[in-house]
Amino acid sequence: MSYITKPVARHKGDRTNGLGLTTRDYEGSMSTLCAGCGHDSVTAALIQAFWELDVEPHRVAKLSGIGCSSKTPTYFIKEAHGFNSVHGRMPSIAAGANAANRDLLYVGISGDGDSLSIGLGQFCHAIRRNVNMLYVLENNGVYGLTKGQFSASADIGSKSKKGEVNRQGPIDPVSVALTLGATFVARSFSGDKQQLVPILEAGLEHDGFAFVDVISPCVTFNDHVGSTKSYAYTRTHMHEVVQTDFVPIRSEIRTEYAEGTVREVKMHDGSSVRLRKVDDDYDPTDRHAAIEYLGSVADQGEIATGLLYLAEAGEDLHRFSATVDQPLVSLGYEELCPGSEVLREVQKEWW
Amino acid sequence: MQPTDTRDPQYYHKVVDCQWACPAHTNVPEYIRLIAEGRYTESYMLNRESNVFPGILGRTCDRPCEPACRRVRVEDDPVAICRLKRVAADLRDDVQHLLPTAPPVKNGKKVALVGSGPASLTVANDLVPLGYECTIFEALPKAGGLMRTNIPAFRLPVRVLEEEIDYVLDMGVDIRYDHRIDSMKELLDSEEFDAVFVGTGAPKGKELNIPGRAEAADNIHIGIEWLEAIHFGHIDSVGERVLVIGVGNTAMDCCRSAKRLGGKDIKVMARKTRPYFKASPWELEDAEDEQVEILVNHSPQAFVVEDGRLLGMIFDLVEWHENEKGRLVSTKLDETFIHCDDVVLAIGQDNAFPWIERDIGIEFGEWDMPVVDRATFMTTREGVFVGGDAAWGPENIIWAVEHGHQAAISIHNHCNDIPVTDRLPYGMTLVSTKMGIHEWRYSNDYNPANRTPMRYEELERRLADIQVEAELGYDIPQTAREVERCLNCDIQTDFTAKLCIECDACIDICPVHCLTITENGTEEELRDRLMAPADNLEQAIFVSEDLPQTRRVMVKDEDVCVHCGLCAERCPTAAWDMMQFDLINPHAGQHTWSPAATSA
Repeated sequence: MSYITKPVARHKGDRTNGLGLTTRDYEGSMSTLCAGCGHDSVTAALIQAFWELDVEPHRVAKLSGIGCSSKTPTYFIKEAHGFNSVHGRMPSIAAGANAANRDLLYVGISGDGDSLSIGLGQFCHAIRRNVNMLYVLENNGVYGLTKGQFSASADIGSKSKKGEVNRQGPIDPVSVALTLGATFVARSFSGDKQQLVPILEAGLEHDGFAFVDVISPCVTFNDHVGSTKSYAYTRTHMHEVVQTDFVPIRSEIRTEYAEGTVREVKMHDGSSVRLRKVDDDYDPTDRHAAIEYLGSVADQGEIATGLLYLAEAGEDLHRFSATVDQPLVSLGYEELCPGSEVLREVQKEWW
Repeated sequence: MQPTDTRDPQYYHKVVDCQWACPAHTNVPEYIRLIAEGRYTESYMLNRESNVFPGILGRTCDRPCEPACRRVRVEDDPVAICRLKRVAADLRDDVQHLLPTAPPVKNGKKVALVGSGPASLTVANDLVPLGYECTIFEALPKAGGLMRTNIPAFRLPVRVLEEEIDYVLDMGVDIRYDHRIDSMKELLDSEEFDAVFVGTGAPKGKELNIPGRAEAADNIHIGIEWLEAIHFGHIDSVGERVLVIGVGNTAMDCCRSAKRLGGKDIKVMARKTRPYFKASPWELEDAEDEQVEILVNHSPQAFVVEDGRLLGMIFDLVEWHENEKGRLVSTKLDETFIHCDDVVLAIGQDNAFPWIERDIGIEFGEWDMPVVDRATFMTTREGVFVGGDAAWGPENIIWAVEHGHQAAISIHNHCNDIPVTDRLPYGMTLVSTKMGIHEWRYSNDYNPANRTPMRYEELERRLADIQVEAELGYDIPQTAREVERCLNCDIQTDFTAKLCIECDACIDICPVHCLTITENGTEEELRDRLMAPADNLEQAIFVSEDLPQTRRVMVKDEDVCVHCGLCAERCPTAAWDMMQFDLINPHAGQHTWSPAATSA
């Protein structure tokens, strides 16, 4: 842990975004995570993504549960809203906050323990409700805060720091998300910002639940030989299935691709995501094919990465609940609570 | 790009911008840290190693280090390096027992030094401890050269000046006062000396030959001669209205002196506008604080004399513009007459060597100056050396000191039958400053404080007596604040590629975005591919060897690094370390490095 605060000194040539802010304006307080933690790189990628999207800091709500991953919202966008919830309960808080104020950009940061053990049910229901948010799972296969036990995402055969071999099968969050009908499913690596940043940007713009599983190595307890979530292992086994470019509104498309290899998907706000298949026989818009293909990649011992599945978001939490377009928080008391007369009228429907 | 060779001492040396810019390569960050620790004596001695006159320079240096200071790249003002030097000098304990001494048995070699300015004194400082017998010939009754005669006491108290001169002379230098050398030939023919060093400065003030000059001679003074006369007490008054012609540092000393000798209305007359002034900005400010008026675009045309008395001067009012060749040319707009009682000419200095015969093997070149080798300071006659202002015209004290150091090496070689071109290269030591997991042997916490302003003696008191020092120096709280502004540029970010796991932690934490991991490429490509483009081409970019996992390279823009050490704090494998760089700057008598040092 560093004892000093980050110097306020800035590069005089730092670029500014549409709001006149530099990336430094999207920072939070100093990280207290271990030096070299993958989570800090995810934080840096989020800062980059928010900055590139010209997001106003006060329009962001950061939510998390418990764990190393769940500390990270403190490390970006000081001026944003934030809620650090009970272990595994971040999705409920996110759903509640989103129900009350649909105007904010919701970012949930979770880990493999928080989402795949104690909060697995919560995670599943957030997908099912299609809460409009970016859900980042910082996945390191280990319980870092409790000193290195295998987590629910640890692979069979993966070794702990002390040499013990894991024998229980992992829960793969990407498969879970695909199976449950998530419309934006991606996997990336904290050590590859070129891939991660555009995926996070697309996820923030996606009009529904956007799930990003980020392999984010635990430098203290799971970065050794024999680990399947170390920097070195992830680098050698990463298999990029789809390359993603995020194209914000109004910016010209500069990268040229051969015809037929690129699929452009329009986002609700007019921006677009360009998906370039690296594997010819992969279709990132066909859910069933995707599930099957990802399985075969996993069977070969590789980690499929990229924006793996993308579809129209469909109905979200607010459509299911038939709420008004205006955020509930901005409604007056009278409108939110019209009184027992009105309630009686509504209830007549079921009499 | 090829991997950067950080074992070349000059690579890290260049990162220490102040030390690189200092002609004598004073170890600025280390002396500032010593001040921060309250170790003023050690700080003074460290200064003295390279610049010999810390007390004098702490008040008068032209500060080439300050515009170079890294702080100006992230903020407006540099660290007050020079003023901190004065703090070390002011607050030091007695240093007598720490000074070099002459060995009891001499080496039998004799060196003549002509002139007793900073260059000659430095030569003596370096050679006497090696057993040389040095004889200084000084034309005036006191030592110090232009440091004494041209810098007024309100900027450099005589006590400070004499103390540091005496440190050198008291080692056992034979100084002959009131002894002007009139013939180099005679000096050489006497065969009394094994080497001769010429440190006679640039002692001739430039003339302004315009109408009326001769008639008004009584009230027209040559700046440097006038300052010398004031120093020795030959002049103690001046007319009420004084015009100072010229706008260099000597002009500032002249106008401020005039203010103290009874002048009321002092005007400094400049031909051009402020961006072209030669005076240091702080000297201009000090003069203006003392209510000296600076008039621009006045080109002197004539002295007006009536009945043998100076009435004033006629100036052309001009404006300047660039011609097709990019040269500045003036156009006359009008003419004006300005009343005055005295005029001081401070328009530059010339060298003069009427005493060096032209037929004794010392070749003279352009501007009638002796031909002097830039590295060895030797003339075309073996055994005759020139340094200080005498070598290539007026510079400042710190340059003269460095000339002295280099000439001393040459003289030592010459006297030992070693070619003068045989010179030890720079060396360095590099030692980790790591003290704990996230603790370092230096204060790495960035302090955003602004530059600390100087305290001055009250205006009335300082103008009343020319001996009263204008600047009071920093007090302890001011010092404590200013030392923390130093960015410790000598604490180098040293990278070991084979340890890197490419986790990006250093890149993510860097407050000034000077790190990137990327594919290797040409320098141009890499400069453009950095997190924030590296536009300052004067500053190097560091390129590592190939990284183990992806064969990419770590690239660092040395330009804006604030040496906060966070890259090393966030590095899980200690691939980055904060290493203290210490330049080993060879002086006379040094023939090998200590085993701990890395040489080039």
